[in-house]
Amino acid sequence: MSEKIQINLNGKIHSLEANPDEPLLYVLREDFQLNGLKYGCGMQQCGSCMVLADGEATPTCVLPVSYFEGKKIETIEGLHNGEKLHPVQETFIEEQAAQCGYCLNGMMMASVALLREIADPSDSEIRDALEPVICRCGTHSRFIKAVKQASLKIQNH
Amino acid sequence: MIFPKFSKTDRRTFLKSSGHLLLGFNLIPLAFCSTKGNGLNETISERIHGDTNLVDSWIRLDAEGQVTVLTGKTELGQGIRTALIQMAAEELDVDIENVSIINADTGQTPNERYTAGSASIESSGSSIRKAAASARYYLVKMAAEKWNVEPENLKTEKGNILSQNGKNKTTYWELLEGKYIEEKLLDKAPTKKPSEHRYVGQSILRDDLIGLVKGESHFVHDLRLPEMVHARVLRPSSYSAKLKGIDKEKVLALPGILKLIVDGNFVAVIAKREHEAVKAWQYLKENTKWESEKLRPKRGQLFDNMTNNAEAPEKVEEYKGIAEVIDSSAQKHEAKYYRPYHMHASTGPSCAVAEWKAGKLTVWSPTQGVYPLRATLSDFLDLAEENIRCIGVPGSGCYGHNGADDVSADAAFIAKAYPDKPFRVQWMREDEHAWEPYGSAMILKLKAGLDASGKITGWDCGIWSDTHSTRPGGKAGHFIAARHLEKPFDFEAGGFSGGSYRNSLPLYDIPAKNILLYNFKGPLRTSALRGLGAYGNIFALESFIDELATLAGEDPIAFRLKHLEDARAKAVLEMLAEKTQWGKNNKAANTGLGVAFAQYKNSASYFAILAEVLIDPSEKSYRIKKLTGVIDSGQCINPDGLKNQTEGGMIQSASWTLMEEVTYLDDGITSLDWASYPIMRFKECPEVEVHVINRPELAPMGAGEAAQGPTAAAIANAVFNATGSRLRELPLRAEKIEWGKVDSKA
Repeated sequence: MSEKIQINLNGKIHSLEANPDEPLLYVLREDFQLNGLKYGCGMQQCGSCMVLADGEATPTCVLPVSYFEGKKIETIEGLHNGEKLHPVQETFIEEQAAQCGYCLNGMMMASVALLREIADPSDSEIRDALEPVICRCGTHSRFIKAVKQASLKIQNH
Repeated sequence: MIFPKFSKTDRRTFLKSSGHLLLGFNLIPLAFCSTKGNGLNETISERIHGDTNLVDSWIRLDAEGQVTVLTGKTELGQGIRTALIQMAAEELDVDIENVSIINADTGQTPNERYTAGSASIESSGSSIRKAAASARYYLVKMAAEKWNVEPENLKTEKGNILSQNGKNKTTYWELLEGKYIEEKLLDKAPTKKPSEHRYVGQSILRDDLIGLVKGESHFVHDLRLPEMVHARVLRPSSYSAKLKGIDKEKVLALPGILKLIVDGNFVAVIAKREHEAVKAWQYLKENTKWESEKLRPKRGQLFDNMTNNAEAPEKVEEYKGIAEVIDSSAQKHEAKYYRPYHMHASTGPSCAVAEWKAGKLTVWSPTQGVYPLRATLSDFLDLAEENIRCIGVPGSGCYGHNGADDVSADAAFIAKAYPDKPFRVQWMREDEHAWEPYGSAMILKLKAGLDASGKITGWDCGIWSDTHSTRPGGKAGHFIAARHLEKPFDFEAGGFSGGSYRNSLPLYDIPAKNILLYNFKGPLRTSALRGLGAYGNIFALESFIDELATLAGEDPIAFRLKHLEDARAKAVLEMLAEKTQWGKNNKAANTGLGVAFAQYKNSASYFAILAEVLIDPSEKSYRIKKLTGVIDSGQCINPDGLKNQTEGGMIQSASWTLMEEVTYLDDGITSLDWASYPIMRFKECPEVEVHVINRPELAPMGAGEAAQGPTAAAIANAVFNATGSRLRELPLRAEKIEWGKVDSKA
């Protein structure tokens, strides 16, 4: 059932033997030992498992790894460069935008995708972009603030 | 070695806890501690804590100038790690950068039962504070003896002890010279004055966030042990379902399957890869036959059934002749409020990792109570407690008793049947939704009288509720897995808990109060959900106070203030009025304002809130525009942490209040995912603002659950203010508003 598959992950091309039907989530967690993306619902309802696929925030719990072949996959682990954090990572810390933190992967990946598309998003554009991601702790207002602050950082850079 | 893949801080914590670096207040002989080894158990070797009266149980100093704090409380996303580190660094007088913390591990930390009831700062915090102050006291005493001076002439500063004249100076670590000191917690150990605080009262950033934003390993879900495999549990189709047919051969023939466990109605599958376990679970889900009894009472008959079938009432607060007091009042009022079943609905389904090796079991668990879990696992597996180690690792936010203990029991049972290899088991989304124990449905019946001056004369309250606590405390029947075995453990409820009447007693000055609790065994599994009965009780109480204020023709804040004597209770309401410019005629069109107040458990944080709702009569809809809260938790350890918790509580409660209700049919639960059990997302989420009244001179008080009840009532009161409709049945959906009334008003 395994096939040779090539994926472009965080700027590097990887070849691996994988079941092409296996959702990307399990491949990234198991074969690449990535921990940022999480299983949340397995139904594309909660955003815990988001990555960027060609820049678009995309859930990975259903879509098979074969779907992502030829696409540029970015994960939360690829946002920072060594100790140098991405502005979204910085402002999530500065705003203390987390409680349990399980949803952070989805929140941050959705935020990064948004800010690449719209440098200065409005309040409702931020809400729209984060809408697919479930947070049960009620940290929503801080996520919105963190995205606004990141937007300022990126613009002033 | 792949494991443990924790952030730097945590790796350091684990290494230090391996024992060989531990010096200072250390009870365990060095020989007991392993200094090498590359397996997981060696890396974080077991090092049983002593008696909780010993400094060593809470604070340890190592030779490298590091301090380790031990707490039996779990990090649940409430930021307890950072707050406890702040308290320890403060009283020990060391740099906070040099302090780390170990949470909840039966191999290492004190037994502090459950992380619940907003009690971690009050209980663990006070012990750690005392331990740190005691440690500083003993260190100063040692230095005084060494230098032959009076302890009063010495001072401490960032881990140094200095004499006033500057003649002598040493660090704590130089002074200890690797010696072990066994000392007890000391009540007389001096603690710092609030004016001397360096860390307490500061918004210190959470140390775990740096790893979290980089996607580093943090959760039990992220643990990777060498050679770890994966398990999934197939739950029955509903609570009472019995297994009628399962195709074992087909399952075993699926790719990667290592083992299928079928014991009575307990079914689990183990596979090499996680996705192989998931595929096998899907196959089992579609092809396994169950037979179950119908869930009764039907949902539409739940509340009638509750009042008809409850037990004889328990007297929570008695006032003989309450009926006469109310009946003879100038005005009287009566109302009934309803709360449905609510779920914890954690974002991440419950997960645990376990390993059974040479008759010893280790479970890495997101439980809120590692010791009670261990005791209950001991009963479940008939294995002595000393052969079980439960290590608390953060899970997805739980807000009470969710699936965390049950998944740990699943893991333990599977480990026994599949020994020698570590594995990870995670629940599927629908199982988290269907099998977690819910916050109980409730009915609250209130009756009160008003005298001619608008003062409340008497208060009569009836509560109908199922239990709010079925946490495992030693009896295996509290685990789902144990109930499903061929030889099942029976669930013994252990009586109804005090959680049902939490906050039912008004803090208001009312001369006659009578409260009866009618316990009821409902159709759905229930246990502790953030605030327990306080959510329903405060929703009813604070809605009813608003109704009484309307009846008295008085301003709702003024009406509350005139019935309050407690200065701190008044202060949160007064600050709320000031911050929201209450009564300044600033209400916009189609806006409703509602207020509510409570002191959580009548003994913890004071909280007042204003909800602002915006209605759209043409669409027959409304939304919450803004929630403004004021909280007094006594001495505030970390203001931003307190705000974060409170904001979260307000938004979570708004979600419960507006949209949530567990649904079920004959064949089982029908709230099985985020579509059938929607919770608040960003578009509906209100703006939130929290103000803190800090009282550094007073003791810190629990805060994590303070917002749940008042938020619900404030929203109901705001809806009434905007529409004239009094909604008494949660959730407060827009279709329950009498929109006809709104039009006639306009």
